[in-house]
Amino acid sequence: MEKTEKREKSVLYRLFISMFTISAFTFGGGFVIISLMKKKFVDEYGWLSEQEMLDYTALAQSCPGAIAVNAAILAGWRVAGPLGMLCAVAGTVLPPLIILSIISAFYSAFASNPYVAMALGGMQAGVAAVIVDVVLNMGKNVLAQKSWLKNGIMLAAFIAVYFLKVSVSTVILCAALIGIAQQLFSRRKGAAK
Amino acid sequence: MIFIELFLAFAQIAMFSICGGYTAMPLIRAQVVDAHGWMTMGEFADLITIAEMTPGPIQLNAATFAGTRVAGLGGAVCATMGVVAPSLVLVSLLAWVYGRYRNMAVIKGILGMLRPAVVALIASAGVSLVRQAAFGGHAVSLESIRPRGMALFAIAMFLLRKRRLSPIATIALCGAIALVAGVLFGGI
Repeated sequence: MEKTEKREKSVLYRLFISMFTISAFTFGGGFVIISLMKKKFVDEYGWLSEQEMLDYTALAQSCPGAIAVNAAILAGWRVAGPLGMLCAVAGTVLPPLIILSIISAFYSAFASNPYVAMALGGMQAGVAAVIVDVVLNMGKNVLAQKSWLKNGIMLAAFIAVYFLKVSVSTVILCAALIGIAQQLFSRRKGAAK
Repeated sequence: MIFIELFLAFAQIAMFSICGGYTAMPLIRAQVVDAHGWMTMGEFADLITIAEMTPGPIQLNAATFAGTRVAGLGGAVCATMGVVAPSLVLVSLLAWVYGRYRNMAVIKGILGMLRPAVVALIASAGVSLVRQAAFGGHAVSLESIRPRGMALFAIAMFLLRKRRLSPIATIALCGAIALVAGVLFGGI
């Protein structure tokens, strides 16, 4: 009894600390934080499967609010219930709160400091590498399913968002519609047999 | 009450910003500059700069910045809670629905098609960031190439994939290398 209680506490603690460090090092939008969460929760702790992480990304993206907060809620809830959710959200929210309160006091000194710009520029390159690493791993897993429809969706979605600047929610909606259509189609085929 | 006003304003921003950071910006402007006059347009531009230079979602950064300006630390906390509140309600509802129905055939089919699309979305964000690091966000050409950014990106890829270094350590190390290189050789 005492042991499970202890384990639960350490899970909550790890949830909080993971989200805190991830949030403190995430520059440049929701998908960066998703990549870091995948590395931590799927690869390192094994708390979530890769499929769950991808589902959560789609859900976090389709709900209003900050993607990072939404993803923290979903992952926290899945790992340790409502308490886990609160710990994950607190971890996500605190770094911006702390960092911005400090910076807003020293704003002009911060924005014009060349050393700050150097370090931040270098960190951007690191963030880019993290995302590319995650995408390579996940893309490989999609390709491994050898489904031409899924590969086609992946390619089309990339072209639509990156080159044609189609909005992210439109892409998610279209993919969902294709999923529904495919279900209806395969069912009808099954019924005809 | 200024605290409740802050909470409500940022709850509205969160509720209507559906696809992440960049759709949130006009909403933040509408609330903070136009509706309440908590910031001037110049301060709003500062906010965008800071939000891009610092970690964390832009909604949360904006909440803290505006909240601090208007009502100190308490204001920052209230505004931040405003950003989180709609998500807590809507997303936990969704989490429950997902947990309950994700094994239904129809839902499984839809999720199966969503996953490749999500990988592509993340890839698109990744390519933009690589371009930012290697070409300073300009068109891909020989003139705009940034050797230092490219080298850092290559080092980071090597550390992540061959040395299995943790992402946070990799990012921090890249920042440190860039800082040292900047101090020694100048420029960014």
